[in-house]
Amino acid sequence: MARPRQSLWLWAAALAVYAFLYLPLAVVVIFSFNDSLLNAEWVGFTTRWYGTLFDDTEMLNAAANSLFIAITAASVATVLGTMAGIAMQRWRAGVLRGLPFLVLTPVAMPEILLGVSLLLFFRQVLDLTLGLISILIAHITFSIGFVAIIVRVRLAGMDESIFEAARDLGASPWQTFRRVTLPLILPGILAGFLMSFTLSIDDFVITVFVAGVGVTTLPLQIYSMIKVAVSPEVNAVSTLLMALTLTLIALASKLAPDTLQGRA
Amino acid sequence: MALLEIRNVSRRFGELQAVDDVSLSIEAGEFFTLVGPSGCGKTTLLRLIAGFDQPDTGELLLDAQRLAGIPPEKRPVHTVFQSYALFPHMTVAQNVAFPLQMAGKSQNEISSRLKEALELVHLANKARQFPRELSGGQRQRVALARALINKPRLLLLDEPLAALDAKLREQITGELIALQREVGITFVFVTHSQQEALAVSHRIAVMNNGRIEQVGAPEQIYGYPRNRFVADFIGTINLLPVEVRAAGQDGLRLFAAGLGEIIGTPVVGPSTGEHGAFAVRPEQLRIVTAGDLTELDNHFHGRVRDHLYLGDVTVYKIALENGVVLEAMLTNAVPGRARFLERGAPVAVGWQRDAGVYLRD
Repeated sequence: MARPRQSLWLWAAALAVYAFLYLPLAVVVIFSFNDSLLNAEWVGFTTRWYGTLFDDTEMLNAAANSLFIAITAASVATVLGTMAGIAMQRWRAGVLRGLPFLVLTPVAMPEILLGVSLLLFFRQVLDLTLGLISILIAHITFSIGFVAIIVRVRLAGMDESIFEAARDLGASPWQTFRRVTLPLILPGILAGFLMSFTLSIDDFVITVFVAGVGVTTLPLQIYSMIKVAVSPEVNAVSTLLMALTLTLIALASKLAPDTLQGRA
Repeated sequence: MALLEIRNVSRRFGELQAVDDVSLSIEAGEFFTLVGPSGCGKTTLLRLIAGFDQPDTGELLLDAQRLAGIPPEKRPVHTVFQSYALFPHMTVAQNVAFPLQMAGKSQNEISSRLKEALELVHLANKARQFPRELSGGQRQRVALARALINKPRLLLLDEPLAALDAKLREQITGELIALQREVGITFVFVTHSQQEALAVSHRIAVMNNGRIEQVGAPEQIYGYPRNRFVADFIGTINLLPVEVRAAGQDGLRLFAAGLGEIIGTPVVGPSTGEHGAFAVRPEQLRIVTAGDLTELDNHFHGRVRDHLYLGDVTVYKIALENGVVLEAMLTNAVPGRARFLERGAPVAVGWQRDAGVYLRD
């Protein structure tokens, strides 16, 4: 008797949680198609805000910056994070065993702290002019840890003797990496890349500290626009960003379960 | 000159002396087995030969060439791992062809030798399958084919049968012996199972605490164990505490407290008055319920305390007059009967002087 009632409660709770998570997003998406300048009431369906978006050079500029930064930062972070993940798995004993874990700290550190410390470092220590380079370095910094974790998990599920077997059967360390290690951790690497890409393209808090004045990214541009008013154009760009991010996350998690279960 | 010379090799991990001053010569064409309890250093020794680890002291020579500083991929030594270590993302054919590709062989040579190797282990019809689609025994054979295809000078096998069930283990043991004879490659086999060791080997080295306790042919190791460890580890054996009365050319006269004199075969070494054990295998004992076996060199009285029915044989525990319990094994020649001696029955136990060995303490 208790069963149907219990599951009713469960359904209600689940519904409430999902409503809480997704209703605000739904509102943004719906109003991006609203034929009115005000986010107040539904007037009619239009796609003209998307049209304005593609005429807005500032917006296009910001989008181009964001894409460039996301692709570059994710690529660099993927290479470095993969190396870190392999190192973490391989050196689990010895005096230096804690060292690779240092790449994970940016993952756990509050974003605002990372933003402030990077800003201080760039200005006070490196005397760097803030801009594209500083944003890139910052994004790479916080992405490495995510890639490293995913690659490490992938490796941890594997029989380590296969790497020794490759050496034993005549493969040099490089051939072992190319022919055995890399193909096996590739899903993890791709998932790490996609995660890094989404983290980078969304990032606001850290970017706002290290962007300086010359370069604007998409989140910064959106923020500067809503300081005036939440225009339907903001809704439109947010909807596009959301679609991109969700697609990439879905792709990454399609690859990532493999990371957790895919052993022979 | 032996194919593989191991000279005074030692390897220590922190407090643990994994390999302790080991010297061995392994001849070309031999099926050589390292046997010992887990943690005795046999796998460490194997890893030193394969090149995954370096000795602290001592040296290894293969074909008279020093192995120090030569990485695993440059050694003509291949390994069959306990977990088989097949590459999960490659098919059977790709796994087996891997060593040839690494050696830079031509595509023609690879395909002809691949065919040969797969036929050798009866897996020609599985070439396109992935390791996860194979049974344990089939994976094991893929690992064997992969390790043999590039004709190593030495094949190392690290407990390759441990993951298989008993029936399959017996079958593959037979296949291994045949395979080694067919390919003529020197096998170094590591196992903790004394039965496997006795069954497959030309020679056995018994290891304990990083040291070699005894090296010899299976029947030598089993028949003439050199010390208590070997006697106890290989098969079952009865140990009677004794004192040496006289040791000379005419015979070894031992004294067991509460029992009397035991006569053994002459051994050079033991001196009068020292203590040790007389070791005799259960199947070497004779038991009778009537009479006292005076025709045998050694004969004593006792009572049946217990028995253990094993199907082909029954093991009887015989308590002697001095309290020592001996195990004796009798073949069950009559079908449908589990035992020929009842619990508590008075019996006589006896053996000839050359049936056992004297072991010094």
